[in-house]
Amino acid sequence: MTRSIGYSRPLAIFTGVILVVWLIVAAFPFIWTVWGSFKVQADFFSRVSFWNAITGPATVRQTGEALTLDGYRGAWIEREFYHSVWNTTIVTICVTSISLLFGTLGGYALSRSSRNYTFWILIAALVFRAMPHITLVSGFLLPFFQLNIWGYLPTAIIVLVAINQPFTIWMLHSFFKSIPKDLDESAMVDGCTRFQAFRLAIMPVMWPGVITTGLFSFLLAYNDFSVTALLLSQENQTMVPKINSFLGTIQTEGTIMYAVAATVSATVPLFILVMFFQRQIVSGLTAGAVKG
Amino acid sequence: MRHRDFAAFIWPSALAMLLFIALPIVSVFVQSMFVEHEQVLVTVENCGPFGCTDETKVDTEATRVLREEEPLGRFNAFGTYLNRSHLAVEEIAEILESGNGFVDVVTRIYNLPFYKALSFTLVYTFLVTPLAMIAGFAVALGVNSVPRLFRGPIIFLSLLPYIVTPLLGSLILFWMINSDGIIGATLQWLFNDPELSLKASPVLSWLTLITYGTWHMAPFAFVVFYAGLQTLPMDTLESAMIDGANRWERIRYVVMPHLTPLATFVGLVLLMDNFRVFEPIIGFSSEANATSLSWLIYNDLTGQVNQLFGSAAATSILTMIGVIILLSPVLVRTWRDFKRKAR
Repeated sequence: MTRSIGYSRPLAIFTGVILVVWLIVAAFPFIWTVWGSFKVQADFFSRVSFWNAITGPATVRQTGEALTLDGYRGAWIEREFYHSVWNTTIVTICVTSISLLFGTLGGYALSRSSRNYTFWILIAALVFRAMPHITLVSGFLLPFFQLNIWGYLPTAIIVLVAINQPFTIWMLHSFFKSIPKDLDESAMVDGCTRFQAFRLAIMPVMWPGVITTGLFSFLLAYNDFSVTALLLSQENQTMVPKINSFLGTIQTEGTIMYAVAATVSATVPLFILVMFFQRQIVSGLTAGAVKG
Repeated sequence: MRHRDFAAFIWPSALAMLLFIALPIVSVFVQSMFVEHEQVLVTVENCGPFGCTDETKVDTEATRVLREEEPLGRFNAFGTYLNRSHLAVEEIAEILESGNGFVDVVTRIYNLPFYKALSFTLVYTFLVTPLAMIAGFAVALGVNSVPRLFRGPIIFLSLLPYIVTPLLGSLILFWMINSDGIIGATLQWLFNDPELSLKASPVLSWLTLITYGTWHMAPFAFVVFYAGLQTLPMDTLESAMIDGANRWERIRYVVMPHLTPLATFVGLVLLMDNFRVFEPIIGFSSEANATSLSWLIYNDLTGQVNQLFGSAAATSILTMIGVIILLSPVLVRTWRDFKRKAR
């Protein structure tokens, strides 16, 4: 492989250096912040030297130990971050499962039909995919106020499902396309209805595609800020808007570490997710490129 | 597939998109035609020992009733689009008339809120897209040359900036570039300037945001290019070698044609995603120096006194027009392909 593209020695050294620099740039901010979240503000934002954030003299002075859970205690207990964690759990689970349910049905239909309207639905989905989410939110707010459904979790869930649909059906459509038509057609020859063929012949071999698409639905719901920040009331806030509202009140001494601790708490689950599902995420990112 | 089956399978998805994407676009358009009610004023005559005076007051009750009866506000046609905070037609005409010199005109137009946001959004989109692609391609070449054993962990670390929540990722970097944070303090030490702050000047905040954008988006380009390098046509490469093609010719005539469709795809997705840049502006609190179209909408919707639905809707429509213009080459090409296939 390497030989046939032909890496010359200077090119190999050059790409090697870039790779090392990139790895530091990509990973260091996270390592640094995770470590710093166990310190007090005087160390993590040290006016003297950043070395203080590593050794933590002020942390030892204030709490008696080199690592402290003060930031986490403040965020999770005092500011009730656990409440937002629970809301995020509900939102992400619901969005992922409903998106997949709608998306597999729709994606299957689009992959097995070659009529004009299939093309138009896919094009409309592409345009919808490109719309910045916040432009749609500005259309939701006033009608939702009028209907009195603003601020509740189910509202945010269904909106996120809808915003997610264009991407989901495109991705599942390309996964379904890679499954031969003969499979469901022979099931139908054997007497299955269209739905039975879909459920019994196609779904069993579709799981890799469904899991990959599910991961991206999960990430969209988990990472969303514009929809959840504007459509949820104060007590229903999910993690990301909650952290944003921390920022408004951190002027007073010490509470900036609450925001740091909450940020780390919200980021670590993503690390674990990538660790377990790296292969699926990579295949999902390339699915659109390779197939279509 | 029969029409009936197709409809039975597609309807949940189609209904969701119709109700919560297509209908809101209509709703945004309708809202942009209206503007908030002005406060109802009443004139009261106050008679005191020194004679009578007329006083104009806000009739709170009447204002509230009016707002409740017509929540959309009063009809304004395209007025909102043309006012100072959007396309600013009058102001631009005035500037063009009275401006002295090109620089003066550009500066004054840049100071209008919509054009300020538009210029940052466009600069961000058209700088971050190529930068992220170049960085991603360089990393892909690097990963491709290391032993297989190390590739897993390297890909894991590389994915982190892309997977992390944009708002949280920008906050993490923001805390580091803070003048008390590690990068901010190191830069002050390097340039020997204790006043140096990445937040203070417009140029530096733009640079910070563009660096963040490249950091956030490069992994996506990397993964796609890396997958492309894995599926290089080995036979073609080998026969090119046998035919005496040198390294450059092999890259030019085999590798690059193989990667071009991938580059188009990456470019398209990056354009769409970068055009909606929003979270980093909140995370880096750079709204004084850099705003984007999405941020303008958010700002109108979270107004301290009251929410400016009309203004937010007008900006949204203008943003959507921008998205369509960005997408138009792709749409035209897809349409041509489809026509050719249909024939």
